[in-house]
Amino acid sequence: MEASADPYSPYDGGGDGIPLRELHKRGTHYTMTNGGSINSSTHLLDLLDEPIPGVGTYDDFHTIDWVREKCKDRERHRRINSRKKESAWEMTKSLYDAWSGWLVVTLTGLASGALAGLIDIAADWMTDLKEGICLSALWFNHEQCCWGSNETTFEERDKCPQWKTWAELIIGQAEGPGSYIMNYIMYIFWALSFAFLAVSLVKVFAPYACGSGIPEIKTILSGFIIRGYLGKWTLMIKTITLVLAVASGLSLGKEGPLVHVACCCGNIFSYLFPKYSTNEAKKREVLSAASAAGVSVAFGAPIGGVLFSLEEVSYYFPLKTLWRSFFAALVAAFVLRSINPFGNSRLVLFYVEYHTPWYLFELLPFILLGVFGGLWGAFFIRANIAWCRRRKSTKFGKYPVLEVIIVAAITAVIAFPNPYTRLNTSELIKELFTDCGPLESSSLCDYRNDMNASKIVDDIPDRPAGTGVYSAIWQLCLALIFKIIMTVFTFGIKVPSGLFIPSMAIGAIAGRIVGIAVEQLAYYHHDWFIFKEWCEVGADCITPGLYAMVGAAACLGGVTRMTVSLVVIVFELTGGLEYIVPLMAAVMTSKWVGDAFGREGIYEAHIRLNGYPFLDAKEEFTHTTLAADVMRPRRSDPPLAVLTQDNMTVEDIENLINETSYNGFPVIMSKESQRLVGFALRRDLTIAIESARKKQEGIVGSSRVCFAQHTPSLPAESPRPLKLRSILDMSPFTVTDHTPMEIVVDIFRKLGLRQCLVTHNGRLLGIITKKDILRHMAQTANQDPASIMFN
Amino acid sequence: MAARGGGRPRLCSLLLLLLAALGAEAKNSEDVRCKCICPPYKDHSGRIYNKNVSQKDCDCLHVVEPMPVPGPDVEAYCLRCECKYEERSSVTIKVTIIIYLSILGLLLLYMVYLTLVEPILKRRLFGHSQLIQSDEDIGDHQPFANAHDVLARSRSRANVLNKVEYAQQRWKLQVQEQRKSVFDRHVVLS
Repeated sequence: MEASADPYSPYDGGGDGIPLRELHKRGTHYTMTNGGSINSSTHLLDLLDEPIPGVGTYDDFHTIDWVREKCKDRERHRRINSRKKESAWEMTKSLYDAWSGWLVVTLTGLASGALAGLIDIAADWMTDLKEGICLSALWFNHEQCCWGSNETTFEERDKCPQWKTWAELIIGQAEGPGSYIMNYIMYIFWALSFAFLAVSLVKVFAPYACGSGIPEIKTILSGFIIRGYLGKWTLMIKTITLVLAVASGLSLGKEGPLVHVACCCGNIFSYLFPKYSTNEAKKREVLSAASAAGVSVAFGAPIGGVLFSLEEVSYYFPLKTLWRSFFAALVAAFVLRSINPFGNSRLVLFYVEYHTPWYLFELLPFILLGVFGGLWGAFFIRANIAWCRRRKSTKFGKYPVLEVIIVAAITAVIAFPNPYTRLNTSELIKELFTDCGPLESSSLCDYRNDMNASKIVDDIPDRPAGTGVYSAIWQLCLALIFKIIMTVFTFGIKVPSGLFIPSMAIGAIAGRIVGIAVEQLAYYHHDWFIFKEWCEVGADCITPGLYAMVGAAACLGGVTRMTVSLVVIVFELTGGLEYIVPLMAAVMTSKWVGDAFGREGIYEAHIRLNGYPFLDAKEEFTHTTLAADVMRPRRSDPPLAVLTQDNMTVEDIENLINETSYNGFPVIMSKESQRLVGFALRRDLTIAIESARKKQEGIVGSSRVCFAQHTPSLPAESPRPLKLRSILDMSPFTVTDHTPMEIVVDIFRKLGLRQCLVTHNGRLLGIITKKDILRHMAQTANQDPASIMFN
Repeated sequence: MAARGGGRPRLCSLLLLLLAALGAEAKNSEDVRCKCICPPYKDHSGRIYNKNVSQKDCDCLHVVEPMPVPGPDVEAYCLRCECKYEERSSVTIKVTIIIYLSILGLLLLYMVYLTLVEPILKRRLFGHSQLIQSDEDIGDHQPFANAHDVLARSRSRANVLNKVEYAQQRWKLQVQEQRKSVFDRHVVLS
């Protein structure tokens, strides 16, 4: 009988609808059974096109299917647009849908800015709590306590009667060895209690809140699922314990954790909008924008944040994500600036006020600083990964709380005597970046001044160093060694820990030392060839603060291997736009030197250490293997586990799922022809079969499962067939077995595939998954392929 | 991940409080100042002067009082001084610190309750035999070890209080899973 296209056939969104007239030509497999009595009523019930709840979601620690998510989103968009003209309500719905992206990003920016303001204020206060307390207003830190006081002197800008150190409060003495020891003891006590509180809170409430967060966010943005990593409790605990960790004096920063905090906000707000909560690919667009907002509030560098999201964190970065990141960074920076609690003196984090030019011969020390940065980066990555690997596999890792307390104790004990390590690391960097003008009185600026000099404020000529400078250099050298060693053990402990500020501190210390050395060299040997041309006697030639800036950028670039985003962040941090060329030179040099020792930055190294399934877009695959060499099953493996289109029963499928651990099964027409129909995921099959057993009548173990569009003809007394066409992916990607692996790897990267089927002469031969590719790449690079742990 | 109502009101209230603090920012007269730093000059040592003046009056002549140098030297002295106008918001600082300390205090109390008080209560109510001791957890005092048990028991009753307890037990299971991955098996976040 002829009939027009079946009005009840479910819309797959994937396969092509075969018009009925053609079906008769294809054989008896596709005979419609509309005419039968029992079957017609059940046919109607089958095709109600209800999406089974749970199908299309992913398991924890699995990779998403980018292609499927993008198709789903385009589907949804088409559906909303097609209904747009029907009524005003549909029009509003479509407008809401179009604008929901901007809403999410605005909310994320607001939340990130507010939380960053909270963290800044609380961290500043708690850091100073280790030294003393402000009796007139308990909530002020040291600087704010002495803000309105008239008793500060030029030499001691921090002393005022309202601020009492612990020694003064406990034993009543302000000076002398007794008070020094009492201050020491109280410093260690507070540092240990903050560290213990931080690690306990992390352990009890949200174990995912430890560490930096950037390696995991990179992996999540490339398509991995870690449930709970960007959740509410993780957000709250990360915010609270970040303050405690910074306040305890450990050698860590808060920039990486702030990116994690911003991404948590982005994830939480995306659940308010169905466009983002149900689609994993769209959610990752919001997360890219959120990470830009995170860096923007961490440094006060909105453009640097966008570039950081582009270069370091995101996997796919289309133009739409660029606009959203830009907007998120803008909103977050605006909120943070409007909170502005500390007055106008702290809008830019390390503001440099000098504008002295730099000279061509100074490129040599800048490049030397770049080399130092690259060497330190390579050393740090090797040392830190070795320590983390040891912690992961031996009994060192069994006592995380004890480890944190020991590290905090050692840091506090060694840091207190040296005034440069006792300081908050951000303040240390700020002091090193500042050039010595007449208004500075620290020992670093103890030059022998010529009191009758006519030039007063800005262009102080180069001067010989006094004794204060030499003692400061000694202390800085010790601080440098201490920080280099402690940061290796501190990055990766079980409290929120970032890496940016410690690396910048190390670079700033090294840079300042080099700068002072060059300055004194120029002063005492001003008749040398290189100095004579540019540095006259009495001119302000060398600016040691600039060397500190360049050193900081070089070290940060050496360890993270960022380039453009780093330069932009540093000149947004300092406002020193004249110094872009030295910064670029130093960063480029440190990247080259670092790459000579190993291509990975610290975040990629941690990804590899944890075995996350991250297919790096920056690595090149240059081997001549073919798809047939990598695909599974290999010759010694059992044959490929497949489903046939309509020959299997529910029980067969359940047994197959229980016996194997594969994440998906290809569906073929028949075992003889091996012609491909589609691909079905394990999770979808399990959920669909369970829900069918509960909700549909007549589905038993021996019911036939049908993946085709039309059920085959069955004898009348057989149980009702189960149609699972709606969960089948009708367009799996295939390559032939002679495709070079370079092309296969490229396809996986560019399309974000999870698996790819291999065919030979049109027949299904095997399957390549992302894990196989990662293992193959590890093998060809002579690394351990068994370290790839996840799918 | 299902969006539970528990944490979102917390985040919203935090944001609201912070924004309220911004809005209620009374321009405290103690929160503005003009700070002038004057370096050493001849035999006078360096000094810092603070005064509560408006931005247009923030210069050396208005702020530096009493002027340490005699008349003709005033201009030379003032040229060396640097004056900056600063303002801050002490209300924001106070509100933020109070919010932070109260959240920290609540979390500490909850942590003490979960780790110390709850096992004692449960031991008294259910008896020793019903506590699940898991021996593969090394070096870990497992505050949520009996979550499975309570979960099974509470599923039979259905009223609001037990729904809350059910949600809490589910959260505890999740945290226990996370703790196993991070601290024991070291598969994530090594």
